[in-house]
Amino acid sequence: MKKNIEIRWHGRGGQGAKTAALLLADVAFSTGMHVQGFPEYGPERMGAPITAYNRIGQEPIRVHSNIYNPDFVVVVDETLLHSVDVTKGLSKDGAIIINTSREKDEIIPLLNGYEGRVYVIDARKVSMATLGKYFPNSPMLAAIVKVSEVMEQDIFLSQMEESYKHKFAKKPEVIEGNMNALKMALSEVK
Amino acid sequence: MSIRERMSGNEAVAYAIKQINPDVMPAFPITPSTEIPQMVSTFIANGDIDTEFIPVESEHSSMSATMGASAAGARALTATSSCGLAYMWELLYVAASDRLPLVLALVNRALTGPININCDHSDSMGARDSGWIQIYAENNQEAYDNFIQSFRISEHPDVMLPFMACQDGFITSHAVENIELIEDDKVKAFVGDYNPENYLLNAEMPMAVGPYATSPFYMETKMNQRLAMKNAKQVILQVAEEFEKISGRKYGFFEEYKLDDADYAIVIIGSAAGTTKDAVDHLREQGIKAGLLKIRVFRPFPGEEIAEALKNVKAVAVLDRAESFSACGGPVGSEVKAALYDAKSNVTTVNYFYGIGGRDYTVESATSVYEDLIKIADGSMEPEQFKYVGLRK
Repeated sequence: MKKNIEIRWHGRGGQGAKTAALLLADVAFSTGMHVQGFPEYGPERMGAPITAYNRIGQEPIRVHSNIYNPDFVVVVDETLLHSVDVTKGLSKDGAIIINTSREKDEIIPLLNGYEGRVYVIDARKVSMATLGKYFPNSPMLAAIVKVSEVMEQDIFLSQMEESYKHKFAKKPEVIEGNMNALKMALSEVK
Repeated sequence: MSIRERMSGNEAVAYAIKQINPDVMPAFPITPSTEIPQMVSTFIANGDIDTEFIPVESEHSSMSATMGASAAGARALTATSSCGLAYMWELLYVAASDRLPLVLALVNRALTGPININCDHSDSMGARDSGWIQIYAENNQEAYDNFIQSFRISEHPDVMLPFMACQDGFITSHAVENIELIEDDKVKAFVGDYNPENYLLNAEMPMAVGPYATSPFYMETKMNQRLAMKNAKQVILQVAEEFEKISGRKYGFFEEYKLDDADYAIVIIGSAAGTTKDAVDHLREQGIKAGLLKIRVFRPFPGEEIAEALKNVKAVAVLDRAESFSACGGPVGSEVKAALYDAKSNVTTVNYFYGIGGRDYTVESATSVYEDLIKIADGSMEPEQFKYVGLRK
């Protein structure tokens, strides 16, 4: 029996997959859980494939290895589907979330026969509509919270608002846009 | 009440430095320790602490400047990793023989050849004979706790030795995890003010630091370093006992995890100990008596105590995260075996290598080592020395 939820993030250097993993650790921590958020480091540079991880649970987390059999996978950049085996080791009782403007039917054939649940979200659309710029972090964060059910959505939103107030203390004008990105993403992921 | 937080290992050490508010911090950046001086310089810029930060042009200089500040009578520290530590090499020995109570936050990273930024212990293990106290952390909590205790041990009049506070590069330095911090006033009271007995800027009592020592003096200097290192054992335990009173967290030379009645034991250092604990629990659920001995204090080496703790096990695997290329064992393996020999122990011991250059060490890796120990103990497998755990076939 697994004690913790394990999540693997795939992105490209500079897209913020690591930041998203750390944000998820942050928000889960703020609801009283034990968390781990860490990137896998190598000689990465902008645009190279990168991996980041989360463990989240009710008990202290002692394991310090990468995650090979995640419950959930988040793909921040769909071009990775052609070069990285993103469903490797992924539990078929879990799910994968892909940032894409395409329909789910077009994506499923690219997932090496993965039998679990597949979700898509157009993080670019959400981000452009709410922030006017492309930051996939917030939409992908909301998507994984919804799909993994790691916490209640209303608790997630109120904690994130607190976190943004702290993080953007010097530019409060961006808080509303980020909150809207989270809310829109919660309804857009499908 | 302690402060519940979440932060990375590097943040935890930077936070400890902020609470200690040392006099001087010279530093030169190197991955994965760069964040520590970066965060501390932010604390200084924000006016949180009044530490004198000295940006230098190399690690040779950062250690020299830290030593200069310490010799002058300041509480001084620095941070580095890997080749940064290698570039300090000459000075490491000088700091120890000059009996300077300074602290180095070492974020363990493989030494270059081939170049690699990930974790192993080749940097600090290479410096194991330089005369420094070395204490290792399993996670961000221990990195923080060890750092809070560092100056108390280092500055103790019976010790007066430099202190290397080690944690695993990236694995703990860059992983955000839960942590319990201690209130500023409690840390400040625990660490206390630094009032050195002898220091260069004391005009009342002029002195020299680091003069030439001719043959009639050099060996006595080394003998005194050895005595100081021996004294450090008692001081480390005393400081840990006091630390427990403000934190509720207990520390010793090593941690024993389900070792009391264990048949099979792994001896390991650092973050891999946590991963091994999960393997121990899985094996215990199957009725297999697995246990763990996690070394916290490597210098001074608690050989007698380790031998005593391992006296009832059937087989031991000592896991090294650094090669020594003696072709006869790694640094931890050699010393544990020597300690067992002196204690007239007959326990079968193997010495494996793992995690070199960041090779991942998983619960399955630890389990495979215990499976070897079971077979070695029942005679169905010949003990094979110096296996590499997780080596690609």
